[in-house]
Amino acid sequence: MSNIGSYEERIKNFDWSIAEKELGYKKGDVINIGWYCSDRICQLGKAGKTALKWEGHAGQTKEYTYDDLRKVSNTIGHFLRGLGIQPEDRVCLFMDKIPELYIGLLGILKIGAIAQPLFSAFGDESLFVRLENAETRAIITQKKHAPKVKKILDRLPNLEYIIIVDHDGKKALGEKEVAMNLDTMEWIDSFEIHPTTAESPSLLHYTSGTTGLPKGVKHVHYSLISQYLTTKWVLDLQEDDIYWCTADPGWVTGTSYGIIGPFSMGVTQCVLDAGFSAENWYKFIEKYRITMWYSAPTAIRSLMKAGDEIVKQFDLSSLRHLASVGEPLNAEAVVWSERVFGKPFYDTYWQTETGSIMIANYPGMKVKPGSMGRPFPGITGGIVDTETYEEIKDINKPGLIAFRPGWPAMMRMYWKNEETYKKKFQNGWYIPGDRATLDSDGYFWFIGRDDDVINTGGHLVSPFEVESALLEHPSVAESAVVAKPDEVNMEVVKAFVTLKEGYQPSEELELDIMNFIRKKLSPLAMPQEIEYMDKLPKTRSGKIMRRLLRAQEWGEDIGDTSTLEND
Amino acid sequence: MENIKDVVLKYVIDEYLEDDSEEITYDTPLISGGIVDSFSMVSLKRFLEVKYKIQIPDDEATPEAFDNVNSIVALVEKFLNK
Repeated sequence: MSNIGSYEERIKNFDWSIAEKELGYKKGDVINIGWYCSDRICQLGKAGKTALKWEGHAGQTKEYTYDDLRKVSNTIGHFLRGLGIQPEDRVCLFMDKIPELYIGLLGILKIGAIAQPLFSAFGDESLFVRLENAETRAIITQKKHAPKVKKILDRLPNLEYIIIVDHDGKKALGEKEVAMNLDTMEWIDSFEIHPTTAESPSLLHYTSGTTGLPKGVKHVHYSLISQYLTTKWVLDLQEDDIYWCTADPGWVTGTSYGIIGPFSMGVTQCVLDAGFSAENWYKFIEKYRITMWYSAPTAIRSLMKAGDEIVKQFDLSSLRHLASVGEPLNAEAVVWSERVFGKPFYDTYWQTETGSIMIANYPGMKVKPGSMGRPFPGITGGIVDTETYEEIKDINKPGLIAFRPGWPAMMRMYWKNEETYKKKFQNGWYIPGDRATLDSDGYFWFIGRDDDVINTGGHLVSPFEVESALLEHPSVAESAVVAKPDEVNMEVVKAFVTLKEGYQPSEELELDIMNFIRKKLSPLAMPQEIEYMDKLPKTRSGKIMRRLLRAQEWGEDIGDTSTLEND
Repeated sequence: MENIKDVVLKYVIDEYLEDDSEEITYDTPLISGGIVDSFSMVSLKRFLEVKYKIQIPDDEATPEAFDNVNSIVALVEKFLNK
């Protein structure tokens, strides 16, 4: 029996107080996610239950019980407090998928500070803009990533501490660096947790838009309510499950459903800190007897590419339930997973700003391959007109996805960017920025983004950020960046550039520009292809017509070109 | 002609290693070891194609083929000899 039972019945009788009651929370109480994910589980009698099984790329392993989770997060909180970190100070987590990342987040939350997780593959400029915007006071990182922080340290006057979790003493600590080694520190049993309440800030996740700098999405401790219930009803986690969420906590899925959801339910989860390979992933499922697997379409398509034969080499019979998030899951992938694993991947839809799953396919509900599913109980979702934001009642008519605001995990603001935040709300709806249709059974069907943001491998990349970084390359005079279709990643970054005088197009220069962006921004933002042009298409007012270039890549009609600049 | 192994190893160290005190060998796992991710693999493939004037088909550019310097060299030699 699934946790959700009948979806239809849940819709009729839904109230968020269901989650509040299960968590023992009453309005006005103290609510601290760090406590709920560790101390509370111990108080429920599960102190000795395994919380986290971790495996590194070289096969090294670590295991933590819920009591360990409680003590280690206490220890991290105590350490940060000792440095003078105050409630609501921003503390960045900039690490690979190591235990310190998962438990560090709980430690930060326990002292009432705001956790700011960032993807460890970010280059120095991507890191800089996010730390500068958040006025981050401390960053917790590994020695392998510290050089990127050092490079930008002079430009970050608010950054007081670089906390290194794997300092081995071989090199002296540098400016502002302090060591925090959990393997050698004495773990703290008793700790005073900061009495955060529902609206106390918890997390600051950064996401990219078409224009402007990345936006810091602020979440609060009350988000736990929807993260807990969606984990329970959509991911269907049960007491004996062994859960694997493949997402990196540098992104929102990795925190909402890689840390908060499973730990608040007291479930055992496994983490593999290694690059992708089909063999290693299947081996991991077999070794740890994974029962619930939450992954992403890019990974699923990569597994499809590796073929069916390799699947037969492993015992994957432990798998009970599969789900996916990041970008739309194509129907072929759903059909493939039914064939090779004997069960479909259930697609889920949400974004950084929503904080928790909004539309999903639920256990027990009919899966329509290629569909996003139906809104989570308590979520009012619809399709609205792109101009008027009036609800479209016609079946299968394209429009913008829209939600009525008010669910617990909804973002509370864009950090220092009230104007952009307000624009996300139109005619009483929250507008995520994606287009879809709605069928006669109430299932949503994804069409695409309503802006120029590039969704590559489930991560959003701002064309503006890449274009700006390209202009810093000595050879580039002008640039335009668009999404290009890709079989595995859905979209990848493609750049069009014109060169400055004295530079000639060449393959060597293309490689140099690619590596320049990879190191400055991130591998995700690196153009997978660069096309040299004599001039970029522009409007008469001088604005680059990105949509023409995009249409060219997607083989679409280029539309109205009446504003195109004449030769 | 330069030794392909050493050229590839030097390129990986120069371009993909963040911490200069980290040591890698011809057998160090690059993809599964998290040194080169699947997106960055595209730039490594492009480097090999430009440097050795070869074309590596996408279906041969697998994470397994790029997982260490030795396997990369085997891939390059396969196409150099074609």
